Amino acid sequence: MKIRPYGDTMADGKVETSFTLPTTSDETGQEIARQFAKQMGFVDPNIVHAEEIGEGFSFFVIYGSVPYTVDTDKIKVEKIETPTMTREEIEDLIEKEVGRDVVFVGASTGTDAHTVGIDAIMNMKGFAGHYGLERYKHIRAHNLGSQVPNEEFVRQAKLLGADVLLVSQTVTQKDIHLKNLENLVEILEAENMRNDVILIAGGARITHELAKELGYDAGFGPKKYAEDVASYAITELIKRKNSKN
Amino acid sequence: MNKLDLDQNLIRECRQKAATIADEIHGFIYRHTTVTVERTILRLLGVDGVDALGIPVPNVMVDDIRENGNLGLGVSLYLAGALKTTGLDLDSFVKEYVESGKSMAGYLLPSPKEADEILRPYYRKTFDIIQKNRRLREDQKTKLGVPKTQLYVIVATGNIYEDVVQAKAAATAGADIIAVIRSTGQSLLDYVPYGITTEGFGGTYATQANFRIMRKALDDIGEKTGRYIQLVNYASGLCMPEIAAMAAVERLDVLLNDSMYGIIFRDINMQRTFIDQYFSRLINAYAGITINTGEDNYLTTSDAVEEAHTVLASQFINEAFAIKAHLPEKLMGLGHAFEIDPMVENSFLMEVAQAEMAREIFPDAPLKYMPPTKHITGNIFRAYMQDTMFNMATVLTDQSIHLLGMMTEAIHTPFLADRFLAIDNAKLVQQAMKSAREEIEYKPGGFVVTRAKTVLANAHAFLGEVEKINLFRALEAGMFAGVKRPYDGGKGLNGVIEKQQGYFNVVADRMEAELNEN
Repeated sequence: MKIRPYGDTMADGKVETSFTLPTTSDETGQEIARQFAKQMGFVDPNIVHAEEIGEGFSFFVIYGSVPYTVDTDKIKVEKIETPTMTREEIEDLIEKEVGRDVVFVGASTGTDAHTVGIDAIMNMKGFAGHYGLERYKHIRAHNLGSQVPNEEFVRQAKLLGADVLLVSQTVTQKDIHLKNLENLVEILEAENMRNDVILIAGGARITHELAKELGYDAGFGPKKYAEDVASYAITELIKRKNSKN
Repeated sequence: MNKLDLDQNLIRECRQKAATIADEIHGFIYRHTTVTVERTILRLLGVDGVDALGIPVPNVMVDDIRENGNLGLGVSLYLAGALKTTGLDLDSFVKEYVESGKSMAGYLLPSPKEADEILRPYYRKTFDIIQKNRRLREDQKTKLGVPKTQLYVIVATGNIYEDVVQAKAAATAGADIIAVIRSTGQSLLDYVPYGITTEGFGGTYATQANFRIMRKALDDIGEKTGRYIQLVNYASGLCMPEIAAMAAVERLDVLLNDSMYGIIFRDINMQRTFIDQYFSRLINAYAGITINTGEDNYLTTSDAVEEAHTVLASQFINEAFAIKAHLPEKLMGLGHAFEIDPMVENSFLMEVAQAEMAREIFPDAPLKYMPPTKHITGNIFRAYMQDTMFNMATVLTDQSIHLLGMMTEAIHTPFLADRFLAIDNAKLVQQAMKSAREEIEYKPGGFVVTRAKTVLANAHAFLGEVEKINLFRALEAGMFAGVKRPYDGGKGLNGVIEKQQGYFNVVADRMEAELNEN
């Protein structure tokens, strides 16, 4: 099925955008903005707001419609297929199928100072009513905090006997987070540990597809909680255990 | 002003407890110095530049004395001895020192009194610059006026020249305070990068040359708009006093400068941080720089409803440490934040209670109020709405330093237009609610009053606990933000040095003396 954006009528293609141009906000500036919107693919762009915001820049808000469509049948996206279980179900599963405590080691690695993401997944309290891994029976969760160098992270993981590594990355400028994520994979491979752990990346701008590309087993973005991560990790752990036997 | 009917006795007791807590740590602080404290002394004497390998000369000298001499006596004596023996002035000595590679630990050490005489022309020169900056700032503020609530935005491009463009646009749009966010990870460098920088990650390196460029840009735009635009940077991490010294010389106006932030959130060793924060705050007191503390960070890690009292307790502790460093209350920008999940029932009332409480307990402090970040989802329209509520709480409770929320929080460092829209939002709320504070009283025994009283009572109990075991143990026990830090763990511990008999810090002694006179 081919679709396009919906404003107030099916397939009217209505969209809005806003941008800043180094120009004035008068008739000339608005015409420049309109030309620009046309190049973006807007049909009949309507400059609904134009305002000078200092130092020779102007801010524009634009409405218009776009003629493009996307064929939904042709879209393939790599998604995590594991269904999400409840905390109790996960605890039961570990008890029955793994038969020992599972060790999660997590950190916000590299120079990343943000802890919101890793705390949301790991800390006792969790986030938005979803308890963190620390609260789970049979899970030993070690949150190493922020700005943990990859080398140190791997050393700790080895020391703690990690089954699952959780790496949180908040996007910074110039894709430094991607280099840092790749670097961790390289270190794990050099240490011969890559196949011994389930390696998971998380963060506001991380997708499963991106994580797979970078050599991770899975990636979790926004609106994913401890139970999503644990369901995947424990299912994967059991799968690997069974395939070894 | 006592809209919340707070128990003044309880507040007094909180202050006493915090003072006792700080006193105990100060016993430790006075017995120690650190590598960055010693580097700061060199900087304030006028030692600057880098060697052939790009290492800052203050680092080279301090490492040299540490290795070949006794840093427990302090660099002041070594530098004075070197100048006396060689007969060179400071600049010539530094030049020769860097070129020759000869250790400066071999010269005969003078007495502190003689060292003070030898070094006086050098520190006097720097002190005069700092005092001139201080007077200029105060004159400008008196002449041009400072709004009751000052709008604070950040720039963070990594390129100081790009920062200038954005800072000027923000100032034109109405920002009163501009902070240049530092490059990610700078807080963990045990040196201050040198020179102008055009590349950084998530921010721009704090260097003295970059400070100078931004100061000039803000002075220019200030002149154009008839206002004094204040400049902010970060005296936190492993180089707290060095940044303070550079900021004093380059006339920065505000520095992030918390007594415990580095320990809790950057895993910097607690001994190191306490020693460093003291000297950095002493410099700030001398330079008239407003400090901003980082209590807002507690709430990004812990729950803002349940842990609200730790914010207040930390404000009391930060105040106590600031008093120790001679900072007057008008320079104490104690921090807090609007971080309660907006979906919690009456979350807005709880925010108002907390902010009003801080206002009333610290009436003369230029309180720094931080915007929502934790519960911002990426839906920019919702974020803009949350920021509006935050702006309303700011106006209702008369906050001083109003750090504006960005609709693109959690997406990217702010775009030019994001900053403009944020300023627009704040100004609109200020205008529309101009006299709201005078009109509003809180119902006795009502939700807001009860909430504030509860938080105060909890902070009182919390400070009692900390006082009982002392602050080092409290940090080890994870009483702040639930983060446990070992006494001997974390970064920078190897830069802590016990002072030896005869230790001399020519700069701190002089600053203390002058601040005591006033």
